[in-house]
Amino acid sequence: MDILSLFVIVPVLTVLALVFSKGLKQARLISMIGSFIQLGMAINLLFAYFRERAVDKSVMLFTQDYVWFKNFNVHYAIGVDGISVALLLLTAIVVLAGVFISWKTDDLPKEFFVSLLVLATGVYGFFISIDLFTMFVFYEIAVIPMYLLIGIWGSGPKEYSAMKLTLMLMGASAVLMVGVLGIYFNSNADGGALTFNILEIAKVHIPFEAQKLFFPLTFVGFAVLGALFPFHTWSPDGHASAPTAVSMLHAGVLMKLGGYGVFRIAMFLLPLGAIEWSWFFIILSATGVIYGAFGALKQTDLKYINAYSSVSHLGMVLFALLMLNKTAWNGAILQSLSHGFMTALFFALIGMIYGRTHTRDITKLGGLLKVMPFISVIYVIAGMASLGLPGFSGFIAEMNIFVGAFQHEGMFYRVATIISVSAIVVTAVYILRVLGIMLMGEVKNDEYLNLPKATWFEITGILLLLIPMLGMGVAPLWLSDMTMDSIQPFIQGVLNHL
Amino acid sequence: MIAGISIYEIFTLTSILFFIGIYGFITRKNLISILISLELILNASAVNFVVINKYLYPDVLQGVFFSIFIIAVAAAETALAVAIIINLYRQISSVEVKDTEIMKY
Amino acid sequence: MDISYIVFIPLIPLAVFLLLGIFNQQIKPAVSGYIGVLGLATSAALSYYAAYQYFFVSGKVDGVYPTFVEKTVWMNFTDTLHIDMGILIDPISVMMLIVVTTISLMVHIYSRGYMHGDAGYTKFFAYLSLFSFSMLGLVLATNLFQIYIFWELVGVSSFLLIGYYYTKTSAVAAAKKAFIVTRFADFGFLIGILIVGYYAGTFDFQTLNAVNPEGEGLLFQWGASSFMGLSVITWALILIFMGGAGKSAMFPLHIWLPDAMEGPTPVSALIHAATMVVAGVYLVARLFPMYYFVEDGFALNIVAYVGAFSSLFAAIIALTQTDIKRVLAFSTMSQIGYMMLALGVSSYKGHEGVGYMASMFHLFTHAMFKALLFLGAGSVIHAVHSNYLKDMGSLRKYMPITNITFLIAALAIAGVPPFAGFWSKDEILVAAFEKNQLLYFVGLFVAGLTAFYMFRLYFGIFWGKETKYHHEPHESPMSMAFPLLFLAIMSIVAGFIPFSEFITADKAGFEGHLDLPLAAVAVGTGLVGIILAWIFYKKENDLAERFSNAFGMFYKWTFHKFYFDELYLFITRKIIFNLISAPIAKFDKKYVDGTMEGIGNKTVIISEKIKGLQSGRLQDYAMFFVSGVVVVALVFIYLWT
Repeated sequence: MDILSLFVIVPVLTVLALVFSKGLKQARLISMIGSFIQLGMAINLLFAYFRERAVDKSVMLFTQDYVWFKNFNVHYAIGVDGISVALLLLTAIVVLAGVFISWKTDDLPKEFFVSLLVLATGVYGFFISIDLFTMFVFYEIAVIPMYLLIGIWGSGPKEYSAMKLTLMLMGASAVLMVGVLGIYFNSNADGGALTFNILEIAKVHIPFEAQKLFFPLTFVGFAVLGALFPFHTWSPDGHASAPTAVSMLHAGVLMKLGGYGVFRIAMFLLPLGAIEWSWFFIILSATGVIYGAFGALKQTDLKYINAYSSVSHLGMVLFALLMLNKTAWNGAILQSLSHGFMTALFFALIGMIYGRTHTRDITKLGGLLKVMPFISVIYVIAGMASLGLPGFSGFIAEMNIFVGAFQHEGMFYRVATIISVSAIVVTAVYILRVLGIMLMGEVKNDEYLNLPKATWFEITGILLLLIPMLGMGVAPLWLSDMTMDSIQPFIQGVLNHL
Repeated sequence: MIAGISIYEIFTLTSILFFIGIYGFITRKNLISILISLELILNASAVNFVVINKYLYPDVLQGVFFSIFIIAVAAAETALAVAIIINLYRQISSVEVKDTEIMKY
Repeated sequence: MDISYIVFIPLIPLAVFLLLGIFNQQIKPAVSGYIGVLGLATSAALSYYAAYQYFFVSGKVDGVYPTFVEKTVWMNFTDTLHIDMGILIDPISVMMLIVVTTISLMVHIYSRGYMHGDAGYTKFFAYLSLFSFSMLGLVLATNLFQIYIFWELVGVSSFLLIGYYYTKTSAVAAAKKAFIVTRFADFGFLIGILIVGYYAGTFDFQTLNAVNPEGEGLLFQWGASSFMGLSVITWALILIFMGGAGKSAMFPLHIWLPDAMEGPTPVSALIHAATMVVAGVYLVARLFPMYYFVEDGFALNIVAYVGAFSSLFAAIIALTQTDIKRVLAFSTMSQIGYMMLALGVSSYKGHEGVGYMASMFHLFTHAMFKALLFLGAGSVIHAVHSNYLKDMGSLRKYMPITNITFLIAALAIAGVPPFAGFWSKDEILVAAFEKNQLLYFVGLFVAGLTAFYMFRLYFGIFWGKETKYHHEPHESPMSMAFPLLFLAIMSIVAGFIPFSEFITADKAGFEGHLDLPLAAVAVGTGLVGIILAWIFYKKENDLAERFSNAFGMFYKWTFHKFYFDELYLFITRKIIFNLISAPIAKFDKKYVDGTMEGIGNKTVIISEKIKGLQSGRLQDYAMFFVSGVVVVALVFIYLWT
């Protein structure tokens, strides 16, 4: 059994085991063991990758290829580079943390964990595939359970949010499907057979007209998942209604599929299209960056604040990718990772605060620092990470993005960059607003004085997310070099045409 | 071949028969009447088969055979339809079309 | 010279921070205070050793003090651009090490008494150590990005310490304000860094500041590209100065500093008087060759004028404030303006670089006497439990040590010989006089104002009216008195250090001398200020009130700090929140989300409308079928030709 397929097989086995489990205790134990094994595998893969990379310089490592549908030349083709390895590690950590945070799910626990792990399967599969079709299948597998998870275990207007989220993402994937098929049917432009394998397609010279037509479709199809302005509105409602672990997984991992798909498919396979269209999407993504930040400024619901903050931070990812140079791309990937840990941490903390106080309205909260010091201190730390404080992952990601974006000559790009940079000020304002209102000041409600302290599983979940965030921020060199190294083959196509 | 009668006259007759059937199918309120109209349509087409065979391709017999098939199928279909209608009558005590509109949307 | 041990100077406070931060609950307050003091004492000892090694053992090479650098790559941007982490040892960084560790140590010792019995005692020392670490890292930075990293970290430590009393709304507001204003300034700083990174191709101080053997011109081409009539590097320097101005509370980014006094007083002494707020001065000094050579020092002129204006502006406001810490805050702003002014009028080579030297000299002496003033004020506040002048008076009878040390500091800041402030201020005025007479007179006027408001404060606290106290005020404990005495001694002797031989722009040093006529004028002005304060405030009388009434409107504006807080509040509340953020939130709900909702709702409506086709009536279907056949037939018959 190859090292990568295990990432699909282990969650599936866990799901099967869960089907035969009884009650919350068994369900969470099985999920925890399954997620632990995945985390172990992800860490193992990281080291295996370093060993292998030292000798093997090919684009993708650990590749496997099985024919799936012969007629259409669909393969189950998998392989990883440094970027997928990092994202797999992120996924494994967030899933495990999500399991810990959902330790007390007493409503249909078995089904909950099953859906959670099916979602994880889809994400793992997406990150390891190098075949467009397989990738698309896994993408859908990842998106569908979201409907159930929000619709059944959510809160507030959950059916509405679940429907909105699913419909918008499905709409996007319909657009994406057209883009993918467009790429597929042009994959014989230089002669040869039609193929879905991205490494094969990348060697083909897809005609400019086709690239110009299919790039925006592919880009938008993925970018909706990355909360591209103005297709971001599923995110605030979806996050607000989703249960904690789902918000974590969704914002932490699922939204990363967007950015990942953009550079892995849209820009890698359609470089001319990317160059042609970059100015237009730069406007949208830079607007998203500043718009999300200002949008977060006025919200009072914690989850809405974070959802808008995600719009801003992920807008930065798309913005960086569109700047079409290595440094910015590296920043985009680091930002994906950093945002994954950070936002998962945020949602976990919000879940804990909500679980205790039963409100997410910051105007009703106050002085929490006194009541629940551990959670509040971590919230402050997460806030600081979010506003890009050095020492945390957000800083290195943002600096890569800004330095990279600034390498792009021309007044238009400079202005867009400066607008994006100015978001750091607005981010500081909305983060500090939350900290000031919610954590500091006097305790507003006397009932809050006897709230329970953080439990062991909550602390474990938090630390799982906090440690990589700090690790990335304090010693970024190994990670940044690993991703930078992997970007080279993917950006080469774009650079050749610039 | 019938002397003095051209294919057009027979076609006119069968067309009239056919459209009477269609008209009846669409406008009748009773299921039995609809069934009768259906028979008219089938008979019109059966006659057409025979006539076309006879007038245009006199040396083959497919058209004739096909009309016999139609008669057989029509008989079976009528038997089935009547059975359905009787069952329906047992359920809702009516053979009116307007009472059978529940399968919608 | 082996400089590897210097890396421990910042790392020890970091270790202390981690220790106290993680085991916050487990460590007893008594122990945590000692851990903090011990950590800083070690750092301070190392700093003194390093300074001794650098200036006296290693000494000059080829007539200049050499620069030692040890660094390692922290993160790569491109093949040429990378962030390094490391330590850079040159005269100003060594001097800053001394300043930071000395003041920080004194504040640590002082805090053991001042914060005694506070619930967050351990947390307080953890924060102090975090600040010390960040500040030392900033001082030792080898490149622009490293300095930016620590710049942000000192910002956040400042935020945490200002908001230390987090249940107080005003403290929280002040902390937020400080962070956001400096963050806004850092936005400019960051853009400046990006510009430098792009056009100069490096962030490294040594490469950026490298001047050729003649002492003129930088290695890279700064004039290559221009924007709105100025070269981009000049823009970058102006933006970098914006960052410095934010942190150093220069006009118009000064509004956070007075509010920052909500923090505990030792914090005000350490961060908002002696160390962090001079980071802006240090930044300009660090990049001084760039500021001086690029485009004939255009950016440097801005530094000079901003400094001079801030210095005047703050001194005027300080005249009317009644909260003693706020007076000191404005005084700090004014003195930092002085340092900026000095840098701005400085030249590069030899004795013409007297402004640079004077600025650093003033930074050094100011740190000593301003920390002393704050700690003295803290001692007073500790005794009378109020920040306001109206609650004080005649305290000399109760607090002799505080009285004497405060007087020494006040004399030092007023520029009375032989106290430290006299020497450094005199050099600044000399530099200004040689370069720009206008700035000289501004400086001179400010010197007079400074003497006046400082002695207004001194007489108001220690002389003046006989106030009835609820509790008898008492002298502070030894842990608080010792730092006062130590700093008082420093305030006396620091001026006699021959600074010009150690710290100059070209690192070569020159023979310093006292310009007697100018010194006499400066001292005279100072004395006039003191005498006026004597007349107004020594004895309780209504002279001051009559005087302020005579100024009327002007007094009111000054008292309200020229309404700058209100202006900023207007911008943030009215413009950013109500005119940008609220409409965006509304726009998002109504139009962006509305469009998406609209698509969904329209689909539902259309489906409602057309679902009638599926009526369940068999005959309707037959009708549709037949009509369809007819239509298709017609189409075939008439159009298919």
